[in-house]
Amino acid sequence: QGPAFPFLALEEKRGDWGARGVSSGLLEGASLCPEWCGKAALSPGLQRARACVVLVAGSLNCVEWSLLPPATEEMVAQAEQLKGRFQGDPSFEYEHIEINAADAERLFEDGKEPMIKEEARLLATIEQIDKAVGIIPRGAFVKTPLGSVHENRNFEGLSLTEAKKLSSYFHFTEPFNLKNKTLLEKADLDPSTDFLDSLEHDIPQGSWTVHLEKGDTVVVLRSLLWLGLTFYHVPMTKQYGYVYFGTGEKNFDLPFML
Amino acid sequence: GFEPERDPYQPQQSEPGPASYEYQGVRQGSDHTGLRKSISQPEAPDQDPYQEQDQRGSVGWTHALGRALHQSQTPMQHLYHPRRRHALGQDSHQAQEARQSMYQSDAVGLDPYQTQEPKNPYQAYERAHGPYQPHEPGYGLHQPGHSPYDDQIPDPESRMLAIQNAKAYLLKSSTTSGLNLYDHLANMLTKILDEQPTNAVDIIENISKDVKWAQFQKKMDTLRDEHEILPTFEAAEKRKALFLKANGEGDEELEEEIGETPLPNVMETAFYFEQAGIGLSKDESYHIFLALKKLISVQPIQTCRFWGKILGLEMNYIIAEVQYHEGEEEEETEEEEVIEEGGKRKGEVEDEDEEKEKEDEPPKSTYKPPPVIPKEENGTGANKYVYFVCNEPGKPWVKLPPVTPAQIVCARKIKKFFTGRLDAPVVSFPPFPGNEANYLRAQIARISAGTHISPIGFYQFAEEEGDEEEGEGGRDTYEENPDFQPLSVVEMVDSLSTWVHHVQNILKQGRCVWLNPFQKSEEEEEEEEEKAEEPDELQQEIGPPLLTPLSEDEGIQNIPAWTAQPSTNLIPQYAVAILQSNRWPGAYAFASGKKFDNIYFGWGHKYSPENHSPALPPPVQAEYPSGPEITETRDPTLEEELAFKAAKEEALAAAEEEDDEEDVEDDEEEDDD
Repeated sequence: QGPAFPFLALEEKRGDWGARGVSSGLLEGASLCPEWCGKAALSPGLQRARACVVLVAGSLNCVEWSLLPPATEEMVAQAEQLKGRFQGDPSFEYEHIEINAADAERLFEDGKEPMIKEEARLLATIEQIDKAVGIIPRGAFVKTPLGSVHENRNFEGLSLTEAKKLSSYFHFTEPFNLKNKTLLEKADLDPSTDFLDSLEHDIPQGSWTVHLEKGDTVVVLRSLLWLGLTFYHVPMTKQYGYVYFGTGEKNFDLPFML
Repeated sequence: GFEPERDPYQPQQSEPGPASYEYQGVRQGSDHTGLRKSISQPEAPDQDPYQEQDQRGSVGWTHALGRALHQSQTPMQHLYHPRRRHALGQDSHQAQEARQSMYQSDAVGLDPYQTQEPKNPYQAYERAHGPYQPHEPGYGLHQPGHSPYDDQIPDPESRMLAIQNAKAYLLKSSTTSGLNLYDHLANMLTKILDEQPTNAVDIIENISKDVKWAQFQKKMDTLRDEHEILPTFEAAEKRKALFLKANGEGDEELEEEIGETPLPNVMETAFYFEQAGIGLSKDESYHIFLALKKLISVQPIQTCRFWGKILGLEMNYIIAEVQYHEGEEEEETEEEEVIEEGGKRKGEVEDEDEEKEKEDEPPKSTYKPPPVIPKEENGTGANKYVYFVCNEPGKPWVKLPPVTPAQIVCARKIKKFFTGRLDAPVVSFPPFPGNEANYLRAQIARISAGTHISPIGFYQFAEEEGDEEEGEGGRDTYEENPDFQPLSVVEMVDSLSTWVHHVQNILKQGRCVWLNPFQKSEEEEEEEEEKAEEPDELQQEIGPPLLTPLSEDEGIQNIPAWTAQPSTNLIPQYAVAILQSNRWPGAYAFASGKKFDNIYFGWGHKYSPENHSPALPPPVQAEYPSGPEITETRDPTLEEELAFKAAKEEALAAAEEEDDEEDVEDDEEEDDD
């Protein structure tokens, strides 16, 4: 079985394929060809739910979609051990997982063999990417005094000057740096909008690139940690989103490359 | 009691428009709320800007409500009588369906109040409520003798009640946002009156949005924003040059050029790649197209190709691959000098060393730097093409310097992101000989050598030259095959042997054609024949010859080097064969009939399944060879010293006795020591 086509995961937090039209032209080297665009549009519920696509020449035709279950922590932990490219076959089983002794004992006690299917790895990778580099512009989501978070209907985009700053973008996941901030640093934050970690203090420094494209009308952020993740936002509009086209491998070489 | 009352309801409102001021003057003395003021305003005929412009077009619901309240002698009946309400809607808005529905829907909003009895609830309410406090919504409406419409309306109390109920409803704050419609409408109307936009009715939704959005804007300070030049304007200025027709070119010249132009059809190539979902946006492709045209008009270029785009941290690189007309390369001497400086530097260092040696002669290093491998001549090997880069189409093209073998060898050992600035230093280990322009050029050479492919049979070796050069590890020239028969897409996808490399492989040495670094010119050879024996053991490196099929490419562990697929399975008649390099992610090739092209979009790095581990520094060199002449002598022990003294004394005594044998004995004593 040949690793036919690179694994491809699509994810759209909001927006539809019309919004994709804005971004597709900006994604160098990888975007959707017209045929896949058409096929993907067939997918029910794509506009709302997250959609995961595995496009493999021959096997998965991108017309019949299957819902993937949510990734478990265990899956993520196992998938982190794996290296190398995806095979393009959901039922492919990875056999050689490098695990340390303690983990091995625990795993064998459970009666499970350290075997992971590519399907699980794919799920875990999507989860990882989402957690690590899923981002939104500041103000797109608001936190109510009761603690619930919902989309800001009145979000009208960042201004151009704000859009060029990394501090205007947040990780769309549970914050963990926010608690460590001092009162002084928190003083400037607005609790209704600044309830997430901004990209400003990502480690290593400089793991994002901010570019202006299309005659300075679109801001494009690219993650260097997960090469292939591209985020776009059209300043002063609601249009934003991110998409990942890549091999599903984290860039561990990043510290050497900066 | 007018002013204090207005404030609580219009906290964010700035100065009202002039119309409302005048109107206040007219109505002074009567009790108004913000809403009443707004709704009654359109009735002042000579002051209302909207009525002057177009009475029908500018009717919002406030207008309709105002009419309902003012135009008829018995507004209460209109408002509260269901039948009459319809009649009114049709009367005052004849055949204006949209407006009618607006009015009706707004009237429906008031419906809850209609169900109540006109008089009793109000009285009951008033009795239960007692006098209004200034902060309450109904304050001011019920003070006796202050009703504004006393002269017109026979039943002021029930009218008041209606208005008050409507207002109470509008003042209900939303459970989700905490805003209320009353304030929002007041803010909207204030904004409209302040700004007085034309055709306000058409943009009323946007105004509503703007007002809501303004609440999320921090009012940081009162400083005015600096006048911002629109970014689109700036970008347009930058690109303006692309769209101007060059003045210098006459029409005649253009006609000549049309026959045979080196300009590639970027848009056509982009179309084919788009079938596979590869490429830039149409705009950008077209800008690159124009930029290439510009480049061709400036430089004496024979062939030109859009090579691809390399992403950088700050800016990206757009790369054009060109070949000069023969004989035009002489201009490049300047840059060659720059590169020779590298060699000169080493020479200088040696000179300095020699000077120092004369002074105090430190131990000399035995390290011999490996011989500098000369770069390949322009137009051959890795320097076959000249590359121009720019950050954005429209910015000036910059020519990249030719690549040296040392740069290629070092580029293989490092992995750095490009910044987008050509003069940026490359901070790496092992140190890279040159700046980012050189690194970029080295990566371009590596990517080209690895991924430039063509359908088999498209190129063939020139027949004449073939025999001569075979001895030197492969021929480096080829020509287009005029009898090329294109293969079908299925064949092109099924077997990688239908594709061949048409760029020479770069050897480990960093050159395409192997060169013995220790081979001296003939004169030197004779002198150094003895020394040259060792290096001669060096094996000649041989790479795969030109036009080797891709099926010979090595995979990366278990990953094949290339992935091939047709652009579509649904319409095989018009499918395009797409090849994607797994070794250089971002490198693609397509073939369709006689057309094919290669392109690269990416970060400019090779794929490796292992993590990058920079080379370790070599072990520390020994400072000097240790030998007997520099080792310290052992101190003599006490016994030895005493023995030496005794011997000396004996010798002295002996010397006195035998003067003749002096010399011989002295020597012996010394030997004993």
